[in-house]
Amino acid sequence: MSVLKYLLQKEFRQIFRDPAILRIIFMMPTLQLIIIPLAADYEVRNINLAVADHDHSVYAQQMIQKIKSSGYFKLVNYTDTYQEAIKSIESDKADIVLEIPTDFEKNIVREDYSKLFIAVNAVNGMKANLGAAYMQGIIQDFNKQIRMKWIQFPKVPPQTNISVVESNWFNPMMSYKYFMVPATLATLLTMVGVFLTALNIVREKEVGTIEQINVTPIKKYQFILGKLIPFWVIGLVVLSIGFTIMRFFYQIHPLGNILVVYFFAAIYLLVVLGLGLLISTFADTQQQAMLISFFLLIIFILLGGLFTPIDSMPAWVQKLTWLNPVSYFIDVVRMVILKGSKLSDIRNHIFIILGFAAILNSWAIFNYKKTS
Amino acid sequence: MAKFNLNKMSGVVVENIGKKYLVGKSELVALKGISFEVTKGELFGIVGPDGAGKTSLFRVLTTLLLAETGRAWVDGLDTVKDYKEIRKRVGYMPGKFSLYQDLTVEENLDFFATIFNTSIEENYDLIKDIYQQIEPFKKRRAGKLSGGMKQKLALCCALIHKPTVLFLDEPTTGVDAVSRKEFWDMLQRLKQQGITILVSTPYMDEAALCDRVALMQNGRILAIDRPENINKSFAHPLWAVQSENMLGLHKTLKQWDAVASCYSFGEYYHIVMKNDDSSMDSIQNYLHDKEYQQILVKKIDANIEDCFMDLMNNANG
Repeated sequence: MSVLKYLLQKEFRQIFRDPAILRIIFMMPTLQLIIIPLAADYEVRNINLAVADHDHSVYAQQMIQKIKSSGYFKLVNYTDTYQEAIKSIESDKADIVLEIPTDFEKNIVREDYSKLFIAVNAVNGMKANLGAAYMQGIIQDFNKQIRMKWIQFPKVPPQTNISVVESNWFNPMMSYKYFMVPATLATLLTMVGVFLTALNIVREKEVGTIEQINVTPIKKYQFILGKLIPFWVIGLVVLSIGFTIMRFFYQIHPLGNILVVYFFAAIYLLVVLGLGLLISTFADTQQQAMLISFFLLIIFILLGGLFTPIDSMPAWVQKLTWLNPVSYFIDVVRMVILKGSKLSDIRNHIFIILGFAAILNSWAIFNYKKTS
Repeated sequence: MAKFNLNKMSGVVVENIGKKYLVGKSELVALKGISFEVTKGELFGIVGPDGAGKTSLFRVLTTLLLAETGRAWVDGLDTVKDYKEIRKRVGYMPGKFSLYQDLTVEENLDFFATIFNTSIEENYDLIKDIYQQIEPFKKRRAGKLSGGMKQKLALCCALIHKPTVLFLDEPTTGVDAVSRKEFWDMLQRLKQQGITILVSTPYMDEAALCDRVALMQNGRILAIDRPENINKSFAHPLWAVQSENMLGLHKTLKQWDAVASCYSFGEYYHIVMKNDDSSMDSIQNYLHDKEYQQILVKKIDANIEDCFMDLMNNANG
């Protein structure tokens, strides 16, 4: 036991003696947690709009006003010709062109029917898609509005009107930060854990200290525990820092008990550290360890449901995500913080993660040899 | 096989150890079935050029590498079966400095003492002579020490658990001449404590300081004996030759049919004649005919390097 204690003491000593490592451990997740959610906002704002108005009527003006006041669009170019409007798309000044034909107002009043044309710059697919959708919504709304004003309702309405009222459960304001920040925290914890463990052990290989350790009576489990425990503790510290930032910087008040997350994270970290350990048994240099970790983490993160919902992935990819520990952690963090889930609700997640921890760690220990 | 195993006086027994590495698709044979025996308390040198297989041999004996063929015993223990017990008993100093560079001198020593379940105080006598020289720097990080001091610290760490067998892999490579001498003096003192010491070195002059040496090349042992016996075993008269034009002389000697081998040694060329009865005059006359000036030829006693060159030539030829 005293050997393990001394191994831990040595490990912590080395960590605290290296200012660069300390900065990476604590500053990196802090800064990333502050920056990444801001960048990963899916709401598209500031769509640049060019209008080619051939009509110059009151209705056209009212419609443009309505579009502008929605807050999503910025009118950058207002012209008489379509050619000029499309030029502003070509020069990347505008993202979307709205063409209002001649007699737009007259046709609505007389024929009860008129057409509009929207041209979208689809270089940035996401912005184009959402921009066109917003625009259509606003125009439909405008359509309804003017009809209400001058149509005489017959006794029996010609068509039934179904009006839909939405309510967003667990996230009433549908604020992206409520689901992005906790998930980002889960991802960062994974990255810190895998990188630190893998690189630390490979460094001992690279410097040659492992050679000296291997000829001592230190047992395999002592050496491995001596490596894992410090990073397990650091992982929980990083999680606490993350929660602090979430509470005070983002003003997110978790609905559920935060201890449930800690409990889950304590098990989840075993998976992460086991993965780092496994990588270190395959890599001989820090460079190799870095590349393997990077490759795996990118896949885990993109398939983890952080940026895109898993439910919208192809069926076979969805099955792949069952093998992705990150997706379970992201799920749990969101459930507890947004929905207030309790331990009994995440029961299955816990069992699956325990399975991952057992498999990865046994594989790593099996693969770690003191003799080559 | 059993006769070695039963011999309690043996510090290390190596029997037909072979090891291959795969380099790309080709095989590199590092050890070609070597055997030798080191008695307890002996200072045993393994001398050979880079790539001779010295480090592989040490890694097999310290249980870091599994040999493909043969068996080995350290302190009467099988390197495969009893590897756990061996790891408690041996001290190993790898050729590359392998202590924690970010820990201080004292912390390193303390660390290695603890993992061997002992303390610095307990075995202080053993390392006292060596440790006193680096004690003024005990708060300094190991990475910031000079080469000679690093070697001393590494030796301290390898000794702190009072090993019965000490393996030193090229301990003096990259160390200045004064530190090298000091280091060998330390080894002599350790030998008096009854520790079996195996030391590898590429320097021939250090071989003379060992009790016995094994000359190693290309994974084979060419000879094992006491240094003075190895010198005596040199079977041919040896000549040292010098002239004012050394470059031309080398060419001339190489082309001369009567010369068996010729290599430079300090400011001389050492040559062995094919005919052992060749006289000094015959060499001098030949070189006179080739119009060399200030010719100096003298008969000398072979040293360990000459023996090594001779053995190497025989092995290759």
